[in-house]
Amino acid sequence: MSRRRHADENDGGQPHKRRRTSEPVEIEDRLESLICRVGEKSTSSLESNLEGLAGVLEADLPNYKNKILRILCSVARVLPEKLTIYTTLVGLLNARNYNFGGEFVEAMIRQLKETLKSNFFSEAVYLVRFLCDLVNCHVIAAPSVVALFENFVCVTQEDDVPQVRCDWYVYAVLSSLPWVGKELYEKKDVEMDRLLSQIDGYLKRRQKTHVAMLQIWSAEKPHPQEEYLDCLWAQIQKLKKDRWQERHILRPYVAFDSVLCEALQHNLPPFTPPPHSDSAVYPMPHVIFRMFDYTDAPEGPVMPGSHSVERFVIEENLHCIIRTHWKERKTCAAQLLSYPGKSKIPLNYHIVEVIFGELFQLPCPPHVEVMYTTLLIELCKLQPGSLPQVLAQATEMMYMRLDTMNITCVDRLVNWFSHHLSNFQFRWSWDDWADCLTADPEKPKAKFVREVLEKCMRLSYHQRIVDIVPPSFAPLIPANPLFIYKYEDENSSTLPGYNAAITVGNAIKNRASNEEILTLLKDVPNPNHEDDDDEGESFNPLKIDVFLQTLLSLAAKSFSHSFSALAKFHEVLKTLTESDEGKLHILRVVCDVWKNHPQMISVLVDKMIRTQIVDCVAVANWIFSQDMTHEFTRFYVWEILHSTIRKMNKHVQKIQKELEDSKEKLEKQHQKDSGDEEDMEEDSQLEEQIERLQEKVESAQSEQKNLFLVIFQRFIMMLTEHLARCETGGTDLNTPWYKNCIERLQQIFLMHHATIQQYMGTLENLLFTAELDHHILAVYQQFCSLQA
Amino acid sequence: MSSHLNALNSDSYIEISQYRDQHFKGNRYEQEKLLKQSSTLYVGNLSFYTTEEQVYELFSKSGDVKRIIIGLDKIKKTACGFCFVEYYTRGDAENAMRFINGTRLDDRIIRTDWDAGFREGRQYGRGKSGGQVRDEYRQDYDPARGGYGKLTQLQRNPEGRNKF
Repeated sequence: MSRRRHADENDGGQPHKRRRTSEPVEIEDRLESLICRVGEKSTSSLESNLEGLAGVLEADLPNYKNKILRILCSVARVLPEKLTIYTTLVGLLNARNYNFGGEFVEAMIRQLKETLKSNFFSEAVYLVRFLCDLVNCHVIAAPSVVALFENFVCVTQEDDVPQVRCDWYVYAVLSSLPWVGKELYEKKDVEMDRLLSQIDGYLKRRQKTHVAMLQIWSAEKPHPQEEYLDCLWAQIQKLKKDRWQERHILRPYVAFDSVLCEALQHNLPPFTPPPHSDSAVYPMPHVIFRMFDYTDAPEGPVMPGSHSVERFVIEENLHCIIRTHWKERKTCAAQLLSYPGKSKIPLNYHIVEVIFGELFQLPCPPHVEVMYTTLLIELCKLQPGSLPQVLAQATEMMYMRLDTMNITCVDRLVNWFSHHLSNFQFRWSWDDWADCLTADPEKPKAKFVREVLEKCMRLSYHQRIVDIVPPSFAPLIPANPLFIYKYEDENSSTLPGYNAAITVGNAIKNRASNEEILTLLKDVPNPNHEDDDDEGESFNPLKIDVFLQTLLSLAAKSFSHSFSALAKFHEVLKTLTESDEGKLHILRVVCDVWKNHPQMISVLVDKMIRTQIVDCVAVANWIFSQDMTHEFTRFYVWEILHSTIRKMNKHVQKIQKELEDSKEKLEKQHQKDSGDEEDMEEDSQLEEQIERLQEKVESAQSEQKNLFLVIFQRFIMMLTEHLARCETGGTDLNTPWYKNCIERLQQIFLMHHATIQQYMGTLENLLFTAELDHHILAVYQQFCSLQA
Repeated sequence: MSSHLNALNSDSYIEISQYRDQHFKGNRYEQEKLLKQSSTLYVGNLSFYTTEEQVYELFSKSGDVKRIIIGLDKIKKTACGFCFVEYYTRGDAENAMRFINGTRLDDRIIRTDWDAGFREGRQYGRGKSGGQVRDEYRQDYDPARGGYGKLTQLQRNPEGRNKF
C-alpha cells in the first residue's frame, strides 16, 4: 500500500466514504442527506427540489416516519439559516398528511422544552422562530402562536428572577416578528398591540448597567454600540411603521401558496415557560457591533440602515452560517459568499462587519480567535478583487477609532492584524499611519502599532520588521530580542557576584550536578542580611542573580535550550525560590535578562509555573510590583497574567474531574457490591482516595480564590492611588494609563467571569464594598449585571 | 445535544491523512488508533531558517503548546524543514489542524498532519543525504530549503558525482 495515496497538499477535504451497510441504514442516510442538502446549489429550482423532496418523504412516511421527524426537528434546530426552506417543506408535508404535521408540531414543542431545560438558549430561539414561520406555511394557526407569545411575555411579570431570564423570552418574541409579524397582526392585531406595549414597558424599566462593560468602543460616534434588545426593539418599531412589509427574507412558501392554503392548520399546545431554577444559565446580554453604514460602500447596493429589519435578518443569517460551518473554513467562506439575496446588499461589508463583531464580542468571541483570521483569508482567496479592499478599509477605520476602543478588543485586533499580515508578506501602507509617530507614545495608536510590530516580529524576525516599515517608524520597531547578561565582560568585574558567576558558569559547562552548584552558591554573600543563618538558606537575591543570569545566558540560544536548563537545575531553583521573596526575585531576574524578548519571558514564566518553581500568586504580585511599572501597559504582561489565571483554573478543573470520576467509580462499585471482604477493601480504598481528592480540591480552590483576591486588591490599590492623586492635584483622571488600568480590571472580570462568579460573595465582602471609589465599584457592578 | 446528523457533522480538516509512518513500531491499526487520539502534530514545508520561536508563536494561537521538536538533518544536525508540535489537549491540536494548517509561516504554506507521538530518533530526516526524503528527489529550486533537491544538485554538478 503506497504511503501517499491521495495528495492532500494543503488543507483537508472530504474523503470518500464507502458504506458497508444494510438497506435500512442506507435509506436512513439517504433521507438525512436529501433533507440536509435541499436548498444547496442545484440545476433545478428550489421549488421543484422542495416539491420532489416532499413527494419522496411522503412516500417514506409509512416506514420511516420517526426518522424523518427526528431529522426535521434537528435541521430546525441546527440549520437556522435555512429556516424558510424547511418550514416550506414541513408545510408541503402537512398539506399531504395532516397527522404528520400534527406529530411534527408536538415533537418540536417537546424539543423546545428540552433545549430550554438544557440551557441551549440560542437553539431554542431558532425553534421558536421555526414554529412562527410555520404560520406562514399554514401548518400552525396564528392565534395559537400569539398565545405562546403571551405566555412568554408573562415571564416579565415574574418576581425575583434574573433579568436575563426575562430578556430571553422577550428576545424570542421580538426576533421572530420579522418572519411572522405580518400574519400575526393580520389575525390578532389587538392582542399583538397589547403584547408590544407590555414589552415596551419592560424594556423601559430594565437595567442596563452591563452596557458599558460590553461596548467595543466607548464613543457614540460614528456608530453607537447599542444594547441588543434596544436595537431590536427599534428595528421592530420601524417594521411595524412599515406595516410589517418585509422584503429581504427568502420565502419559498409563497410559490406554494395555492397548495398550502388548502391545508388544515394545527394549534400549538399550550406552552408554559419552564420556571426559573438555579441551574439555569441564561445568555448574557450583548451589544450590537456596527462599523459600517450606507456611506461606506462606495458603489453598488446600499447597506440597510441600522434600525432596518433587513439589517437584523442579514446579520442573524450570517451569524448562523458561521455557527454551522465554523469548523470547515472553505465551506464557511463559500456559504457566506453565496448568501441568497446578495445582489441587493453590499455582502462583503456585511460579512466583514459580522466577522469582526464576533471577534470583538465581549466577554468572549463565540469561537476560537484564530478561526476568524483563517476565515478572512479564505474569503480573500475567493474574492480577491473585492474583499481585501473592504478589509483594508475596515482596518483603517478601526485604527482611526483606537482612542476609544476597549483594550480587550485592541488586544484581539493586534493579534488578528499581525497574523493576517504574516500571510501577506507584511504588505501594508504604514505611511498612512504616520500620525502615530508624532503623538504621545503612550497613546493608543502608537501603542497599537508598536504591539503589532512586536507580534509581527514574533512570527518572523527582527530584520524583517526593520525592512517592512518606513525609516520614520524606527522608534516603534521592537528591540532586537537579545539576552542581557549582567556579568557579560570585564567591565562588570566590579559587580558583586561577578567571580561567583564565572565559577558557576564553568561548573555548568563542566556538567556539575545540582548538589555541586548548591555547594558553590553557599559562598555567595547575602547583601540583605548581616546575620545570615548558618545554612545560608534565607532569601539571598545575589545567589539567584548569579545562578540564574549565568544559567539563562548559557541557554539563551532557543526555547528548548532554556527549558532544558530549567529542567536540569530544577532542584537548585526550587531551593533558591522556597520563600515568596525568592519567587518574586526569580521573576525579576527573568525579566531583566530577557527584557528585549517578551516572548521568552512568557514561555519561561509558563514553564516555571508548570514545574512549580514559582506559583500563580507570585506571578500576580510580580506583575503589580514596582519593577514592572514600566511594563504595566505592555500587551505581553497581560497575556502572562491571563495565561497564569487560566493555568490555575485548569488545575482546579482537573482535580475536580478526578474527584467526580472517583465518586462515580464508587457509585458503580456500590451497585456491584456483594458485601464480601474484598469489596469492602476496595470501597474503603476508594473512599480514602475521594477524601484526599476532596482536600486537594478545597486547597486548590482556596489558592484560586486567593489569586483573584490578590489581583483585585492590587488593582484597587493602584487605581485608588491614581484617583486620589488626581483629585488632590486637580488633574484629569482620564490619562492613557488610567484607561489601560481600568479596562484591564474589566478584562479580568470578562475573561474569567464563570470562575469569578463562584467567589462573588467574598469579593463583595472583602474588596468591592461601598467605601470604594465609585469609578472602581462601577466595574464590579457592571460585572454583576451580566448575569443578573 | 449534538445534531446526530452525519451529514452535518463534517469536520474534514481534522481527519487523519493517508500517510503512515513506515518506521512505526506496531501495526496499522495501532498506528491509526494513536493518530486518532494524538495531541501531536507533524508540521512540514518549513523553511530551514524558521525558528522554534516562530513555530511557538503561530501554534500558540490554537492553544497552549507543550513542546516543540525541530526536525534535524541527521548528519549536519541543523534544521531541515519540519517539526513536531505537541499540545496539552487534543482539542487544541484539532483547532491547529482546522485553522493553522494550510496557512503561512515565514511566507510558506505549511502543512500539518497528525502524528502518533514523538519518539527519540524521529526528529531526524530520513533522506539519504541527511535531510527529508522529499528534498532528495525534488527538482525545483527552493532557496529556503537548501536550493535544488539533492539528486538535482548532483546532476547539475557532474564533477561532484565523479569524485569518489
